[in-house]
Amino acid sequence: MAELEAGTTHRARPLSPHLQIYKPMLTMTMSIVHRITGAGLYFGMALLAWWLIAAASGPNAYADFEAFAGSIIGRIILFGYTWALMHHMLGGIRHLIWDTLHGLEPADREMLALMTIIGSIALTVLLWVIGFLAMGGSR
Amino acid sequence: MTARQMRTPMRRVRGLGAARSGTNHFWYQRLTSVAGVPLVIGLVLIVIALLGRSHAAVVQILGSPLIAIVMLLFILNTAYHMWIGMQEIILDYLHDDKWKLASLIGNTFYVVVVGFAASYAILKLSFGV
Repeated sequence: MAELEAGTTHRARPLSPHLQIYKPMLTMTMSIVHRITGAGLYFGMALLAWWLIAAASGPNAYADFEAFAGSIIGRIILFGYTWALMHHMLGGIRHLIWDTLHGLEPADREMLALMTIIGSIALTVLLWVIGFLAMGGSR
Repeated sequence: MTARQMRTPMRRVRGLGAARSGTNHFWYQRLTSVAGVPLVIGLVLIVIALLGRSHAAVVQILGSPLIAIVMLLFILNTAYHMWIGMQEIILDYLHDDKWKLASLIGNTFYVVVVGFAASYAILKLSFGV
């Protein structure tokens, strides 16, 4: 009786294959990276809020923020934030393209994924070069 | 499961799903992502323009109408976008009702606090005092 109950309540049902069964592919990596960058940007918004509140609070609060943003840790975080923002934006554009039913063929998907990675890295480096030039020029 | 299930499949499908709100969020996630592209570009340009400037200059620029409007639109649009996005992540990975509920509440609180704080800062920079 107990056996029958266990058998009926915990019967092994067929499961749909999950991620582990597939060979890792660029497009599925991009899928999870899109989500991870989104989550990163979610918490990064607190930094944006800190920046604005510091500016609104006064010179001392702003100097504190600048000290953080200019530190090694701060710059690493801001560099990562820049890349996450660019990657999530390009990944989002990719999703919008898919929403129009374009770019869904295997070769197109691969190309879009590659363009997202290359584009996000290129834009991040470009923005930081411009940023350093701007800081050197107008201080 | 089926014994106490009195609602028809149509009733369950209509307007439900894990978030109890149907496909509304799917649509608003797309809408806010379309709006997000120009707003992110705007934010990036504003941040670059402010790099290395003194506090007084930053206050003046952030408080000028056009800049403040772009910043406010970015903050509000992003707040809604990230609220939906984090809710989707929570509903995908947290199945225990207690944790799910606590996380959904925490998500809303975080987004409201961050969004309100950032918006308030822009308004204070705009209207002064």
